[in-house]
Amino acid sequence: MSDQSIIDYILHLGDNALVLGHRNSEWTGHGPILEQDIALSNIALDLIGQARYYYQYASRCINAADGASRPFPGHEALTEDVLAYHRDAWDFRNCLLVEQSNGHWGKTVLRQFFFSAWQFELYGALRHSRDSQLAAIAAKSLKEVTYHLRWSGEWVIRLGDGTEESHTRMEEALGDLWKYTGELFVPADYEKPLALSGVAVDLATIRPAWELKVGEVLEAAGLERKEGEWMQKGGKQGKHTEALGYLLAEMQFLQRAYPGCEW
Amino acid sequence: MSTFVQITVLMSSAIETGFQEKIDQDIRIEPRDWMPEAYRKTLIRQISQHAHSEIVGMLPEANWITRAPTLKRKATLIAKVQDEAGHGLYLYSSAETLGVSREEMIDQLHQGKAKYSSIFNYPTLTWADMGAIGWLVDGAAIMNQVPLCRASYGPYARAMVRICREESFHQRQGFEILLVLSKGNEAQRRMCQDAIDRWWWPSVMMFGPNDDASPHTAQSMRWKIKRFTNDELRQRFVDVCAGQVKLLGMHLPDPDLVWNEARQHYDFGPIDWNEFREVINGNGPCNKERLAARVKAHADGAWVREAALAHAQKNSIREKAA
Amino acid sequence: MDNQYTVQDKTSWPLWEVFIRSKQGLDHKHVGSLHAADAAMAIENARDVYTRRMEGVSIWVVESRHIHASNPDEAASLYDPANDKVYRHPTFYDLPDELKHM
Repeated sequence: MSDQSIIDYILHLGDNALVLGHRNSEWTGHGPILEQDIALSNIALDLIGQARYYYQYASRCINAADGASRPFPGHEALTEDVLAYHRDAWDFRNCLLVEQSNGHWGKTVLRQFFFSAWQFELYGALRHSRDSQLAAIAAKSLKEVTYHLRWSGEWVIRLGDGTEESHTRMEEALGDLWKYTGELFVPADYEKPLALSGVAVDLATIRPAWELKVGEVLEAAGLERKEGEWMQKGGKQGKHTEALGYLLAEMQFLQRAYPGCEW
Repeated sequence: MSTFVQITVLMSSAIETGFQEKIDQDIRIEPRDWMPEAYRKTLIRQISQHAHSEIVGMLPEANWITRAPTLKRKATLIAKVQDEAGHGLYLYSSAETLGVSREEMIDQLHQGKAKYSSIFNYPTLTWADMGAIGWLVDGAAIMNQVPLCRASYGPYARAMVRICREESFHQRQGFEILLVLSKGNEAQRRMCQDAIDRWWWPSVMMFGPNDDASPHTAQSMRWKIKRFTNDELRQRFVDVCAGQVKLLGMHLPDPDLVWNEARQHYDFGPIDWNEFREVINGNGPCNKERLAARVKAHADGAWVREAALAHAQKNSIREKAA
Repeated sequence: MDNQYTVQDKTSWPLWEVFIRSKQGLDHKHVGSLHAADAAMAIENARDVYTRRMEGVSIWVVESRHIHASNPDEAASLYDPANDKVYRHPTFYDLPDELKHM
């Protein structure tokens, strides 16, 4: 296992959290009712907090590596902000699901539900990682994710069951998002050796629990998932949908326009 | 006049006197207590305006959440805007104890019948505006709000206590943003001064018209739903900011700002009340955009709120059947 | 008033009163109110709204229309005839859906 693979894996975990946290924060001030505006902003805050832990850890690993083999050589001492604001899309390792646009509230909560159900199982297993830092971040974050899963699952059921209109919209959201769920269980190149050595989670082991949870909630929501649909992938290896470029252009604007500043 | 009506009138004035006596003794008025209709109406107007200001006030700052320059700033800004949602909610809740629903208040806002603080009709053009809003706008708001923790209406005072407790970090984070910029490169210092230039006068106007043009102040102070006059609070604000701006190495955009030894206060230049009136009357730079954003969020959320209710109703029927 | 939903229109959620135990050993204390479609949501909303700074260890919610209160002032009862609801919320009044803007 090379240093690069563990760094890629940490970035994968961090990028997932940052990109979804950013997407959720686009709702702040525009939610369907105050109470839920606050709820989704809380989830955004939790996710951005997780991203910071991963980026801080990744930068410690990178800074400790020796000069010649170090990734991101342009920066003398990497920080969480260099990782968030100075990498381009091809260096982001998040899965495609989290970068998809918010759409309506139903699409946002469904995206959250698919992701939280995955993160819940992932963190549950990652707590036992042989990498003590990853294990600690997972243990701490699992409490938050447990709530995200409950909150988003209830919303999926609520909207699937609610009215004809909400049901139709949820079917539409399912049509938009289902094809991005397959990638959650496809290990990236950097992930495979790490899973074998007990650092990363073997995705095959958490898939049944995810399928079960998703199946239960979709059933309670009266929603049917399509079997055998083509699954998109690539994000974990840096091949993204067009959506990510726009997100980064907005997010990174100040750091790019005024390089080298303190904020 | 019938005996009944006579008794009613007598008792009515006795109750009204008793009401004012309670207020004079700093006994809080609670939702089910008798209160004059004018007191109730004035409170509903004041509290709902304040609530609307919190909600509309989320928008200019939410603008910059997706562009915040560091992860720490991003998280802080989300938390701050989220607090504003919370504050709006506390205030709507306290107004609801007076017999008006949140839906009605929001409806009034969306129809343009209710006011909110004019300051939020100004645009946020650079990152430094997040600093200036925190320092100046929140600073002015805090100056207004701290005395209201002792307002005579219980639910309002309690909401204000909670708000002031949470608000304390807002002003600090704003000032810190400006402080970092003021120590930065030339572009950052320019950004800092530019934001102060644009936000200073609108912040000074936040305290409302001069006392002689503020006819309701006396009654509101008797009722203790206003504890200091507009000009008293404004003076206090100018005095504090005139000192603080020096720490930034910046200046306030007022050539007439000068310490007056005799008054032990800063003198300051004339306020452009014409601009104040224009912005209140809908001609500020962002009035239409702000209201449109609120209306859109509410309208886009209608199917969501409806579905949640429908689901709750179905669940309750299912439970009964089970 | 015994039907399940007393809302003004089909998109307004009912009002709930929130009580929070700030730490073990203390009573639950009324902290304010909020809107929610059902009890589960009311508890979650209360967590998000009223315990953002870790102010609580236990939450109670009750739909506002279920709270009955004593009358604070006998003399006033002449002017404020019997109404034992604690809050004078308009959502206490059960009106037909067709009635708008009231």
